[in-house]
Amino acid sequence: MKFRVFFVIAILVVGGLFWGAADAVHPFGNPGDVPMDGYFLSHAQRERGVNNVVTSIVFDYRGFDTLGEAAVLFTAVSSVAALFRGKGWR
Amino acid sequence: MRPLSVIVRTVCNAFAWFVAVFGVYVIVHGHLSPGGGFQGGAVVATFMALLLVSHGATKCLGWVRTNFFYAFEHVGLLTFIAAGFLGIGVTFFYNSLALSGGLFGSAVPLGPNGGSLNTSGTIALMNCAVGIEVVGGLSMILLYMMQGVFHVDKPTLRGKEEAGHDR
Amino acid sequence: MIGNLPYFAVAALVIFGLFGAIFGRNLVKIAVAVSLVEAATNLFIIALGYRNGGSIPVFTQAGGYADYMVLPTPQALTLTAIVIGMATTALLLSLIMLLYRHYGTLDVREIRRLRG
Repeated sequence: MKFRVFFVIAILVVGGLFWGAADAVHPFGNPGDVPMDGYFLSHAQRERGVNNVVTSIVFDYRGFDTLGEAAVLFTAVSSVAALFRGKGWR
Repeated sequence: MRPLSVIVRTVCNAFAWFVAVFGVYVIVHGHLSPGGGFQGGAVVATFMALLLVSHGATKCLGWVRTNFFYAFEHVGLLTFIAAGFLGIGVTFFYNSLALSGGLFGSAVPLGPNGGSLNTSGTIALMNCAVGIEVVGGLSMILLYMMQGVFHVDKPTLRGKEEAGHDR
Repeated sequence: MIGNLPYFAVAALVIFGLFGAIFGRNLVKIAVAVSLVEAATNLFIIALGYRNGGSIPVFTQAGGYADYMVLPTPQALTLTAIVIGMATTALLLSLIMLLYRHYGTLDVREIRRLRG
C-alpha cells in the first residue's frame, strides 16, 4: 500500500513535469527558423538527386542511424529465433 | 489450430498477392513517394500474416522454411552494408552513384516534378536492401511466434481438444 | 493552451502508459502500456516538426506546396523509432509467451514467486 501511494505520487510528479514542459516548447505548428531542416529541404534535390527528403535523410545524410537500426532489427529477429528454436519444427 | 472459414480463406488467398505487389511497389518507389524499405517490407510481410491467420499454423508452417527468410534477412543486411561501402573512396555511406550519370545517377529537376526511377544513387539500392531485410525479419518473427504458440502448454486446456479460433 | 493540444496529448499518453506499466497485473497489458509510451514518444517527435499548412517533404507531384514543407528530420527519426519499437515489442511478446509456458499464468504476482 505504501509503495502504491509512492508510485502514484511519483507518476503525478512526472506527469506534472511533462505538463509543464508541454507549455514551454515552441507553439505547435510553428517551429520557427530551423537551419538544418532548411538545408535538407533546399539541398536534397541538388546534392543527391532525390525527391523524397525523408528518404535522403534516412539513407544518406544519417545513414549510420539506419545501419544501427538494421542491426537492431537483425538482433531482435535473431533473439526471437533463438527463443523458439528447435522443438520439432525446423 | 484449425483454419478459418472458406470465405476468409478465399479472400486471403486472392488478397495476399495484391498486398505483396503493393509492398514491392512501395519499396521500389521509396525515393519518389512516401514510403521506403521499412514500410514496404512491413506491407510485404503482411502476406505471411494473412496466410498464417486464414489457413492456420499447422498447414502454413508446412509450406515454408524459415531458412528461406533467414537468407532473405542476411542478404538484405549484407547488401545494405555493401551499398554503404560503395562510396568508401570519400567516406563510408557516401552516395557515390548519385548524379554520376550511370545507374540511378540521372539528375532530377529542381522543385516539384513528376519523378524518375533512375535517380537518387545508392538510396534506391539501400531501399531495396532494407526492404528485403525487413521482409525476411518480420516473416521470421511471425513464423517463429506462431510456432511458439504450439509450445505453450495451456494448463487449463490440458487433455482437452485445442480450441480453434473460429467456429 | 489549446494550440499546444498535441503536446498535452503526449503528456496524457505518457502518464497513462506509466500507470499501466507500473500498476498492471497482466503481462500483456504491461506490454501494451510500454507500446503506449513508445507511441507517445513518436507523436511527440512528429508534433515537434509540424508546420501549419505545410505539406509532406516529398517533391514528386508537389504542386504549389514545394516551398513550404514540414520538417523532414523528425520524420526520419520517427521512422527509426517505429522500427526499433516494433522489434522490441516482438521480443517482449516472445518473452511473455515463454514466461506463460513456464509459469502457466500471466499474473505478475504469481510469476514473482520462485518455482522449481
